[in-house]
Amino acid sequence: MTGLRAWILQRLTALYMAGYLPYILGVWAFQHPHDYEAWRAMMSQPVTATANLLFFAAVLVHCWVGVRDVILDYAPSAPLRLGLLALLGLWLVGMGLWAARVLIAVMA
Amino acid sequence: MNKNEQRPVFLNLFRIRFPATAVASFGHRLAGVLLFVLLPVLIYAVELSLRGPQGFEAVSQWLASWPIQLLLWLVAWAGLHHLFAGLRFLLIDVDVGVARQSARIGAWLVTVGGFVGAVLIIVGAML
Repeated sequence: MTGLRAWILQRLTALYMAGYLPYILGVWAFQHPHDYEAWRAMMSQPVTATANLLFFAAVLVHCWVGVRDVILDYAPSAPLRLGLLALLGLWLVGMGLWAARVLIAVMA
Repeated sequence: MNKNEQRPVFLNLFRIRFPATAVASFGHRLAGVLLFVLLPVLIYAVELSLRGPQGFEAVSQWLASWPIQLLLWLVAWAGLHHLFAGLRFLLIDVDVGVARQSARIGAWLVTVGGFVGAVLIIVGAML
């Protein structure tokens, strides 16, 4: 994923996250989950649970483009860049699977 | 070539000028990397808090301890600065705030806004 597609995805995911943030803060402020039951209820509501999943998906895509830019700017050699990008990809996939497991388990 | 050899090279960071736009831009990058590094901490906290009443209590106590409060302040700064600077870049994409003066004003708003916003969040949380 390079060039224009990366540029567009960076902006689309940014807009989603910028909209998600006030949404989740609003839900939090409205429901004030002070104990486990309330917190679980908040996180397992279908709309919020879906928004959470989409948020983590957006974070991971956004991270890929952003951290990739950082690596390309500072890693001095091609093999190093390739290695770091591979590590980044594996890391982000791992984070995505972990977050998905947590967020899907709460809905069950 | 001769001309290039004569140009001044300032590797002294105190002599390199960082205009407001450079500070906002580098802060955006720094904050982004910080948020990326802390991603597993966020996922772990969510996982633990949803595991059961004990996990929820553990995370609640954790969030109330002062080292974590300090980290939360850093996260609040990073999140707000990254958000504001990102919105500024989106505005620049649609040709808002491109001219030198407005670019500088926007950069100042981002840098000061991120810092003040983080202070307000922490003060608000303590009240």
